[in-house]
Amino acid sequence: MSKKRIIVVGNGMVGHNFLATMAESEHASEFELITFSEEPRLAYDRVQLSKYFSGATADDLALTTEAEYDDSGITYLKNEKVVSIDADSKTITTSSGRIEGYDKLILATGSYPFVPPIPGKDQEHCLVYRTIEDLEDITASAKVSKTGVVVGGGLLGLEAANALKAAGLETHVVEFAPRLMAVQLDEGGGKLLRRKIEALGVSVHTEKNTTEIVAGEECRYRMNFADGSFLETDMILFSAGIRPQDELAREFGIDIGPRGGIVVNDYCQTSAEDIYAIGECALWGGMIYGLVAPGYQMAKVVANHITDTLVKLETPALSFEGADMSTKLKLLGVDVASIGDAHARTAGAQSFVFSDDIEEVYKRLIVSADGKKLLGAVLVGDTEAYGTLLQLMLNDMDIPGNPASLILPAMGDEEPVGLGVSALPDTAQICSCFDVSKGDIAAAVQGGCCTMGDVKDATKAATGCGGCAALTKQVMDAELESLGVEVNNDICEHFAYTRVELADIIRVKGYSTFKEVVEGHGKGHGCEICKPTIGSILASFNNEYVLKDDLMPLQDTNDIFLGNMQKDGTYSVVPRVPGGEITPDKLIAIGEVAKEFDLYTKITGGQRIDLFGAQLHELPKIWEKLIAAGLETGHAYGKSLRTVKSCVGSTWCRYGVLDSVSMAIALENRYKGLRSPHKIKFAVSGCTRECAEAQSKDIGVIATETGWSLYVCGNGGMRPRHADLFATELDDDTLIKYIDRVLMFYVRTADKLQRTSVWMENLEGGLDYLKEVVIDDKLGVCDELENDMTRVVSTYQCEWKTTVESPEKLKRFSHFINAAEEDNNLLYVRERGQRRPATELERIELVELNEKR
Amino acid sequence: MTDWTNVCALSDLVPDTGVCALVEGKQVAVFRYGDGETIYAISNYDPFGKANVLSRGIVGSIGERPVVASPLYKQHFDLSNGECLEDDNVSVEYFPVRVENGVVQITSAVTA
Repeated sequence: MSKKRIIVVGNGMVGHNFLATMAESEHASEFELITFSEEPRLAYDRVQLSKYFSGATADDLALTTEAEYDDSGITYLKNEKVVSIDADSKTITTSSGRIEGYDKLILATGSYPFVPPIPGKDQEHCLVYRTIEDLEDITASAKVSKTGVVVGGGLLGLEAANALKAAGLETHVVEFAPRLMAVQLDEGGGKLLRRKIEALGVSVHTEKNTTEIVAGEECRYRMNFADGSFLETDMILFSAGIRPQDELAREFGIDIGPRGGIVVNDYCQTSAEDIYAIGECALWGGMIYGLVAPGYQMAKVVANHITDTLVKLETPALSFEGADMSTKLKLLGVDVASIGDAHARTAGAQSFVFSDDIEEVYKRLIVSADGKKLLGAVLVGDTEAYGTLLQLMLNDMDIPGNPASLILPAMGDEEPVGLGVSALPDTAQICSCFDVSKGDIAAAVQGGCCTMGDVKDATKAATGCGGCAALTKQVMDAELESLGVEVNNDICEHFAYTRVELADIIRVKGYSTFKEVVEGHGKGHGCEICKPTIGSILASFNNEYVLKDDLMPLQDTNDIFLGNMQKDGTYSVVPRVPGGEITPDKLIAIGEVAKEFDLYTKITGGQRIDLFGAQLHELPKIWEKLIAAGLETGHAYGKSLRTVKSCVGSTWCRYGVLDSVSMAIALENRYKGLRSPHKIKFAVSGCTRECAEAQSKDIGVIATETGWSLYVCGNGGMRPRHADLFATELDDDTLIKYIDRVLMFYVRTADKLQRTSVWMENLEGGLDYLKEVVIDDKLGVCDELENDMTRVVSTYQCEWKTTVESPEKLKRFSHFINAAEEDNNLLYVRERGQRRPATELERIELVELNEKR
Repeated sequence: MTDWTNVCALSDLVPDTGVCALVEGKQVAVFRYGDGETIYAISNYDPFGKANVLSRGIVGSIGERPVVASPLYKQHFDLSNGECLEDDNVSVEYFPVRVENGVVQITSAVTA
């Protein structure tokens, strides 16, 4: 059977989602997938578009890459608009004259911004907010403007206002309706949102009907309003709603709704045979769904319909049944949520309102006439209850207790009334971005997932907008509990605490020895789990010499002799090379030491040099020479800062924007010696070409024209993780301040041997929470974090220097305490001009040879 | 009569750490358990990692048993009798120890 050809018109979020679903399906081999995009790039995340203004690049927003499409066998044509459909011959024609036949045609053409027909709307600095190209135009226009106006006070309009504000413009929002976000919010919610937004410096003008745009006196333009007032501005952004992009369907005889939109049935089929429509261009039940989740649902329905009817020859299992339009988001930093019937339009609906002008919180519940069911809600300023309320409404559950308690703040010790996740049915949708149900999460836990990281990997839950992270964790915990998996986070048999709890105890009590900790809070004699953990915590906070008598027994294999133990019990030696910059003299000194002690020499991935095969008694001699040459310990043996990799940066490179080497050296010298839950790697790139690969490091710094961009919690190695963009346009001082705080917060709150990447995956609230803690100081701990770091920085010592100067400590650096002999078990062979440990077979041969002699 | 070899002064041993001593040609890992006079001695050879490293492991307890964890792959050995806690079939030699006038003494009299 030849492959069925499926053509997708439009490569937006929904079109892409459909293609990805098809390409990942078990029947993928039955289909040939082709997509056309009129945009110059493949699908990107339009929901996160505003991040473009806080430094995200088009690549960051991309949902896929050409390589990914190539791998999946998806044919893509960019800048190629489909201009005609011939439903009889089942072909389409593109703008370049290309004709392609199809078995199934999917219209995923999306929508376009509605621009009200105002005279003067087509001028140069009158723009819209929809595509990356639009954002480029806005950026260019903002550079030559001082004032900007957004027409439209809805969800997208406020996002656009945020963009203008971020670009440094005096920003206004002009809305036709009497309040902001008129679709989602009631009067009370709209009023508070307005107050909060105005406090941020954005002027809001409601009930304004723009009649014309003419030349201004102070600014480029003047907007005249129907009430006789006017507003001057240099640029105008239209964000007054969307209209379905149905032109193609309309022109070629497919049924269109009276106010636009391609009419579809429950399988998203249009009036023309074998043609479907999904996403914002589709009109289902008289409604256009302008959110991404319903679009994804439609994509799923169509993928299912095609597979079931073409391959399995069954009745399609899925149909589109409408979608909930509840939303929760942060607009200009203000938390806003709207659930269900926010306007109390249901007959007999009652409501509860909580309004707190001091804390700036507004919450309204809409309940059924009998007060038992939740119909809708509006939340502004505090959206904590969103997950619970949404589930109550979606699952038509009875409200537990007094409805008012759902929105009243907790008083005193009272626990806020929540919804036990056990009350939710298995079908309850927890993650709307990826349509993950409670049952899916439970199944993943039954399949062996026991951390948030596992669950995210297995189900994709909480990996889209992240709004369901807290609820997902609750479902996971409840499921673990019901499975009888006692979630035992004790670090070992000696301490009934987690690493985080131990860190808190040690910090608050000010302990400095293991003895104090075990006598006060543990039992037994300790072990190889708790001792290094506590040793590391003590070092993080007190930063004392790790070989001090009462700290030495806590040090793990490598720390206890300040070297990396190799398989035969010898050590490798790594001097610090800050930023990877080294003078020829130091390079020669390292070479001479390696030659003298016959050390196997290798360049590391972190831009330094590793010398292998040093015996205990040789270590002090080696370090005396290295220290004399001006080198320091590289802490390659410690769970601590390893290297700060850098590219050569603006001092030499033709493309360099900032001096990445100087920054790398400064950072490495600042954080060297910091003991942490696991090793930490940094990198600094001098421009966005990113030669230092900073986005795969725990802390990554990339130079841009407008300052440093800070990335956090990346990882290479076994489980690669792309770092998250944390902040942009930073000056040197702010960059270091943020890194101080992020690292110390990690030191305080990570589990033992948990890299920053896994820490982030498991951090409740994720990146946004980390930003709130570090940038907004939500927990009020930033001063403490900085002081802790300052203490570590100011008490730095080269541990090897201290050791070689201490005769008492040097006694331990010999193989035997009572003899000068060396370990007779060490055997080496030479390979490529250097020595390496003999293999088992070689050992036997060498021993025989020696015996014959 | 047992031949005792003087190994080092008790004060040379940092509490809860080990050193390696050469006793009649054998490599012996000597541990000071706690900060008193409790001393243990077992072979320094790690039968899993096949290297002379046990004296460099972390000292601790599993249940009531005093143990050292191999610095290579972390198997535990009972300090009092050389038994491996992870593998019943594996044990290492252990040696009688005593402290006489502040001096740690070991004998290699066969025990295992």
